[in-house]
This record gives sequence, C-alpha cells and structure tokens, in this order.
Amino acid sequence: MPGPFTVSEVSDGIEMLIRNLLFAAAILLLGVGVKNPYHLELLTFIGIHTLLALGLNMLMGYAGQISLGHAAFYGLGAYATGILTVHWHWSPWISLPATLALAAAVALLVALPMLRLSGFYLGMGTLGFGMIGFILFRGWSSVTGGDSGLVGIPSLAVGPFTFSSGVRYFYLVWGTVFVSFILCERIVRSRVGRALRAIHDSEKAAAAMGIDTSRLKISVFVLSALFAALAGFLYAHLVSFVSPSSFDFLVSVRIVTMVVIGGMASIWGSLLGASLLTVLPDWLHVFSDYEMLVYGLVLMVVMIFLPQGLTRGILDLYERSRNRREGRSPSA
Amino acid sequence: MIPRNSKIGKALILGGMVLLLLASSVGWCKEPYKIGGVFSITGPNSFLGDPEKKSLEMAVEEINAKGGIDGHPLQVIIYDTEGDPTKAVLAVNKLISRDQVIAIIGPSNTPPTLAVVPIAEKEKVPLISCAAGIKITDPVKPWVFKTAQTDALAVAAIYAHMKKQNLKKIGILTVENAFGESGKEQLTGQAAAAGIQVVQGETFGAKDTDMTAQLTKIRTAQPDAVVCWGTNPGPAVVSKNVKQMNLKMPLYQSHGVASPKFIELAGDAAEGILLPTGKILVAKQLPDSDPQKAVLLRYIEDYEKRYQTPVSGFGGYAYDAMQILAKALRGTEGDKAKIRDNLEKVTGHVGVSGTFNFSATEHNGLGPDAFVMVQIQGGAWKLLAP
Amino acid sequence: MQEFLQYVFSGVTNGAVYAVIALGFSMLYRATGLINFAQGELVMLGALCLISLWQGLGLSLVLSIVLSVGIVSGVGIALERLAMRQVRKPHPIVLVIITVGASIFFRGIAMILWGKDARSAGPFSSNVPLEIAGATLLPQSLWVLAIMLGIVAALHLFYRKTLTGKAMEACAINKKAAWLLGVPSDRMVLLAFALSAGMGAVGGVLIAPITMSSYDMGTLLGLKGFCAAMLGGLGSSWGSVLGGLLLGILEALGVGFFSSALKDAIAFMLLLFILYVRPTGILGARAVHRF
Repeated sequence: MPGPFTVSEVSDGIEMLIRNLLFAAAILLLGVGVKNPYHLELLTFIGIHTLLALGLNMLMGYAGQISLGHAAFYGLGAYATGILTVHWHWSPWISLPATLALAAAVALLVALPMLRLSGFYLGMGTLGFGMIGFILFRGWSSVTGGDSGLVGIPSLAVGPFTFSSGVRYFYLVWGTVFVSFILCERIVRSRVGRALRAIHDSEKAAAAMGIDTSRLKISVFVLSALFAALAGFLYAHLVSFVSPSSFDFLVSVRIVTMVVIGGMASIWGSLLGASLLTVLPDWLHVFSDYEMLVYGLVLMVVMIFLPQGLTRGILDLYERSRNRREGRSPSA
Repeated sequence: MIPRNSKIGKALILGGMVLLLLASSVGWCKEPYKIGGVFSITGPNSFLGDPEKKSLEMAVEEINAKGGIDGHPLQVIIYDTEGDPTKAVLAVNKLISRDQVIAIIGPSNTPPTLAVVPIAEKEKVPLISCAAGIKITDPVKPWVFKTAQTDALAVAAIYAHMKKQNLKKIGILTVENAFGESGKEQLTGQAAAAGIQVVQGETFGAKDTDMTAQLTKIRTAQPDAVVCWGTNPGPAVVSKNVKQMNLKMPLYQSHGVASPKFIELAGDAAEGILLPTGKILVAKQLPDSDPQKAVLLRYIEDYEKRYQTPVSGFGGYAYDAMQILAKALRGTEGDKAKIRDNLEKVTGHVGVSGTFNFSATEHNGLGPDAFVMVQIQGGAWKLLAP
Repeated sequence: MQEFLQYVFSGVTNGAVYAVIALGFSMLYRATGLINFAQGELVMLGALCLISLWQGLGLSLVLSIVLSVGIVSGVGIALERLAMRQVRKPHPIVLVIITVGASIFFRGIAMILWGKDARSAGPFSSNVPLEIAGATLLPQSLWVLAIMLGIVAALHLFYRKTLTGKAMEACAINKKAAWLLGVPSDRMVLLAFALSAGMGAVGGVLIAPITMSSYDMGTLLGLKGFCAAMLGGLGSSWGSVLGGLLLGILEALGVGFFSSALKDAIAFMLLLFILYVRPTGILGARAVHRF
C-alpha cells in the first residue's frame, strides 16, 4: 500500500522517539540527582567528549573516512573563542558563530585538496594537519599565549544568568549533546545518510550510482569539524583556560579510540566510547605507573575481539545468548 | 593515698595504665586536617611531581610525629595531574568537593596552576603552587601562593654574574614549553636594565635530538655567551652540541637542570657550565653562617635516608609549602579564611628553597638569596663566590 | 659557507635517523600494506635495550647491538602473532588502531622498565668531532649514514637475489595468488614484521649515542619517520633514504634561515605538500592500497 512511511520505518521511528525521550529523562534526572560537583563536572566532560566522538563518528563510521588530527579542530574551537573573548573582548555568544564559521572554513580548506585522494591518504593528511595545528597553538605565542596558555576566558552568560559551572553547565552541554544526537539521527536516516553508507562500502559504486561523492565527503568532514569546534567552545568556557597540551596528537588518538571502541556507525556508540574513555583514566589510576600499559592493552584487546566496537559487540553477545537460549540457530 | 585493698589498687593502676595507653596510641581525639596535593607524578614533568609528592609525604609525617597541629593530625590526599591542565582541574575539584580539603599544595608546573587558580579563587581554598611561572603570583590573587623560585630571580642571578664577567652580548636558546617561554620573557625583558644585549634567540623542542642548527645560527651572531633555558633532557643535548661544535664562549643553563641527572646525561660536556640553583645542591659548601644550611642538611639527610635516592631542588618546593602551611594552620581550627590570612603573615621562614617573607602584596616570598651561582667542575657542583 | 655546511651536516645526521625509521615503515608497507604506528616505539625499545645491555650490563658493543635488534624483532613478531593475526575481520582501520594501542602499550612497558628519566649512551667510536671546512660532524653520524646505506643495499639484495625476498615481493603484489603458488604468505607477513621491527631497533641503536633516550622519545620520531617515508614514496627503499635525508636537511635549513619554532612543523608541512602534489611520493610508483 503506498504511503509516506513503511511499517518498519514507523516502528523504527517510534523506537527512536522512545530512546530519545529516555535519553532526555536521564539527562534531567542526572542533573537533579547528582549533587557532588566533582561528579557533575566529570559528566560534563563526558558530554563534551561525546560531541567530539559524535562528529568523528559521522566521518569515520558513516562516511568511512579517517581523521587522525581531530584535536586540531577541537583546539581551533577552544582557541578561537578564547582569543576572541580575551583579546578582542567579544561576547561569547558572538564568538560562537564566528568560531564555527572559522572551523568550517578551515575544514573546507583542508578537505578540498585532500578528499580527492583515496581514504588512506586522507588519514595521513589529517595527521599532518593535526600536528601543524598543535605546533601553531604552541608557536604563535603572541596570540595564543604559547605553552603557558590563554587565561581568563569568560564564562557564558545570558543577562544575569551565568553558566559558570556545576548544574547549569551540565545542562548546557548535555542539552547540546541531545540536540546533536537528534540532528545526527536525522542525517543518518535520510537520503544523505544512505548515500554516506554507500560511499563507505564502495566509493566507486556510489559514484556510479550518481552520488556526488566529493561533495558529500567534504560536507561530512566539515560537519565533523563543526562538532569538534563546538566541543572546543564549550571546553574553553568551562575551564576558562586553554593550553596546547590539551590538543596534541595523543588527544586525536584518544578521540579516534572513543569512536572505535564505542562502535563506528553507531551514534550511541559515541556516547559509550566517550564515557568509557573519560572515566577510564580515573579508574586506571589505581594502577598508577601501570596505567599507560593497561590502557594500551585494553585498546588492543577490544580491537582484536570486538573490532566493531563495544556497542556492537555487546549487542552481538546479547543476540547470541538469546538465540542460544531460545534454541535457535544463530541467524543473520 | 594508698588503697588498703590491693586488688582495688591494682585495678586502679591497671585502669590508669590502660587509659594512658589508649590516650597515647589513639593520640588523636581531634579531626584530621585534610591537605590536598596535586602533582605531575607521571608524564613529562614527573621529575618535578615525583620528588614533590615524596617531600610532601615526608613533611606530613614529620609534623604528625611531633603531634600534628594543635592536636590535629595531618592527612594528605595526593592526585596526579600528569602535567595536564584538564586533569589538574578535575583533580582540584575532586579535592575540594569530594575530599573536602582545607588547603591544596601544587600543581607542579605553570599551565595546570593557571588552570586551577580560578577554582581556588572561587571556592576560597588556599592554594600553594610549586610552579615557577611569575604570572601565578603577579598580579597577586588572594588565595594563591607559591613556593618555587620565580624565573625572574634566576635570570637576575645569571645577569649579575655576567655583569661581573663583563659579558655584553648573548645568544639564548629556550625550550618550547611554558618554562622555556617564561625564561625567554625574563631574559629578553631584563636584558636592557642589566646592560646586556640579546643578539640571537632560538628555540628547541623538548624532545629534539640535535640542536646544532640553532647553535650554528647563534654562533653567526657572535655572542659573548650562550644561555640555554630548559629542563632535562634537552639542555644536556645542547651542552653536548656546544662541545661538539667547539663553541668557546661560556654556556649558562637555567635552574631547570639543577639535578644530578643533568651531569649524568651531559657527561663531560657538562664541565664548566654555569647556572643558578637553589642552595640545596651545594648545601655542604655553604658557610656555616648561612641560615639555610642547617635546614638543608637535615632535609637532604632525611630524604635520602627515607627514599634511597638523591635529592633534587624540586622536592623542596612541596616541603617548604607544607612547613609554611603548618605554621599558618596554627590556631585556625581549619578555617580556610584564617589559614589564608595567616599565610600572608609568615615571615622569616627558613626553607629549603630560600627564606620566605610573605605579605598581602607578596605571595611568593623569596628574594635574591634564593639563588646562588654554581659551576660544574669535575662532575660536581661548585659554589661560586658571590 | 661554513654555516650552510654546518646546517647540512646537522640535517644529514638527523636525516639518516629519519631514513632508517622510514625504511622500517616502508618495508612493512611494501610487504603487507599496513602502517605500523608503533614503529617509533620499536626505535625507542632498541635504543633503551642497547643502553641497558651495553652500559648497564657491560656487554660488548657488538653483542649488545645484536641482542637489542633480536629482542625488538621478537617484539615485532609477538605483535604480529598475538595481536594482528588474531583479528578475524582485518579492516585496515582496526589494524591501525591496534598498532596505536601497541605503541601506547610499549610506552607503558618502557616507562616501567626504564623509568621516566632520560638516559644517554656513549659513542660507538669516538666523541671527537670531525672538522670539515669549518663545520663539525660527529663520527657517530658517519656510522648512522654508513649503516643506513648498508641496510638499503642489503634490502636490495634481499628482494632481488634471495628466494625469500622474491616471495615477499610476490605476496605484496597479490597475496592470494602467491599463496596459490605455494608461498607461505602468513609466514611472509611475520617475516616482514620481524624485519621492520629489526630495522626500527637498528635506528634506535644508532640514535642512542647521539641523543637522550627515554620512554617517550618514540612518538615524534615515529611520526617524522613516517613523513619521511611518505615524502620519498612509501614502499621504496631509496625513497625512504631520500625522504629522510631531505627532511633532515630541510629542517636544519628551516631553522637556519627561518625560525626554530617551525622545526617540527616542517615535517608535516612536507607531508601535506607531497600529498597535494604527488601522493605516491618522490620515488614512489607502487600501487597504493585503499583504506
């Protein structure tokens, strides 16, 4: 029967709605329930990292491209708003669109020449770009404060209501995360999303089908850069201080790890990956000197045994155990 | 009065002894004072954080062994910042909100310190940093203090020595991090007043393996001396390169290399190098009249005995911070505002890093006597005559 | 002129080290199509092993070198066997992340075994610098150059003259076809890992006397070595040599004529440049795998 939606799409839509409502409820509850400022701050950082992972996931998971220099966009967002608000005394609300515009411009500049290269070269190009960004943050000390960093970034405020810290910033960040999730879900379920997945599977076939692969790849790259810059903006106004060491190569690696461990091509995977990798160093601190070793080991083990990420891995395990219990043979 | 019934007498005496034992073993009927410590125990600045952590723990033990402060024992909770500002922010927030500390010692280096200063100010918790950056206490912030010598003083010591040697033109080579940058600022900023001209300034990466290119550029400008500003291992490489290139002019290093490790790394390239250091490295060579000598010798002995590893100047920052904090804690019953006020009243405190005189406008408290010039001779530090 | 020559000499010293690291990347890529992001850490392990065996235990130089290379090659084999081989569906991104995890793991182990401090090693022959036309060069640099050329020559012979080498080339061209013809492709991959790890170790052994070795020296070295490999052409031995030397010299000249703050950036700017202009690298003509 012809109609705007198929049955499975409707049930899919309802499932998504329920998930989002639960998500919103969870955010509200946490904000109200968690009293300890340290825990709130940790959750806020998880939110910022989730934005980072989400953006990169769109690029890596859905479009099948890789970026090994994403920390540069993160840093760009943080430094741009820092410089605009500290040196030029702009209001943070004006520096927000300026920061995002700058990130988009840089992303375009970087992506245009590189996206005509096949995926492997793009990854290496992003690596170079990421390192150059880091060196720039450190080297241009007159503007960025160099290694000593940029102090005195003002808090966000709407009139007399300041988002200085604690619960308010928690809601601000997680509100942004929530909106971003919805945005990404819509993209993934749209024609654009399907086109992206086509590119991921085979760029040549996608092009043969009439998909403008270059334009799509560039668009996704810019989108992921925007998410990262947004995360940087939120970071800068939370900590009110930025320094280059927060945006080095290892941070880019960490963002990629979040995506990969959480699960590529899984929006919720970004949340899982970000949470784990923000909290893990804290847990691992029990191991003190062994922390690095354990971190590397965990990374390798997860990749070897659950290469599709934890989200997929856990779901797979669940499916398999359910099949076994019901006596069914493992289905596709 | 002798009890007639010996059994009652024995019971009384026993009871009295038990009570006494209980009182002495428990010892503390008072709430412990919780002190927080944030240091870069792992990561690139672990050479700072590790001795600082050890020194803080040693100081706390010393104070507790003497009965604590006003009967309150000290309890110290230490977190690792890994030299990263974000982790420092998280750690300090943890200390304040979860662990409820009344004062914080650390962080070990400048960027994390600058990141946590707003928190200390907002939450009104006294913070005594062990980092060198001059921006930490200049301009003065009410709740932030520091015990590490400022690089401004180190540069002043170097320039004073150069003036005596009649060195007019210098080339500087600074490391690309906060320490190096601050050093560069001070070197260029104080040069004119000292009658010195910086003819060439170059930088190097902390992990760079070869600085001959930068030294070549400096050599072209024909300076009378070269000043290298960094922390191990870079300056050791620079020293080796200087020797390799047969540069004859004197080489000055910063107090960032004031540890036995530098001599080990630089080998015979260390010979003849001049640098400012805290007095701890040449404690035995100090004249007996020096007020710091006794404090230093005791610190060195205690530290080396307990940890079986040689001291460096850096641990002293945390040690001094705790001793000063202990003085400020007296009579406050844990009231943070009172602690803060008391900190500003600490004067004439003879510490490992120098003699401290705090005030409402001076939150670092050290003067030029915090540094002495030494030269490496025969693989050892030789105190130079002032 | 003296200055220019000095820049070239410092550039050549660093460049030769980059070249040896690049050879490791190149060689592995040629045989398996993989990039091992732990290559820099293998260099670090080679350097630290040398220091421990030679200065710490007092073994002879030659024995220390042989043992260091052997140990690190063993690490490479372990990496391949225990980590890479276990993956059931080897998607390239997954394999890359595994090597990234491995690099962190190796760094962690090094931190525990050797502590956080830097260590230095003495020179192979002498520390007396050679003076050539007013510029100085350490004898150690000549060692690095000589051994680098030796490795290239050995690789050349290996690929052209030995059966194993030809088998590895066959695997690189088409793994399934080679396997059908009787080439044990699994073992070839293992060999490739062992050899490239060994080369990384040699790089570490050579660099230890020149600079300070510590548990975190590998990251930037690995990245720069990779840039050198890309510059010269991934998969080409002479390309690695060319890329390494070129990178080293351009770095030194960049410091000399522009600014020392740019030094690290030069490697990555060259990387971007070569990607824009000629992605296969200066001497690269090999077909490149897609990710």
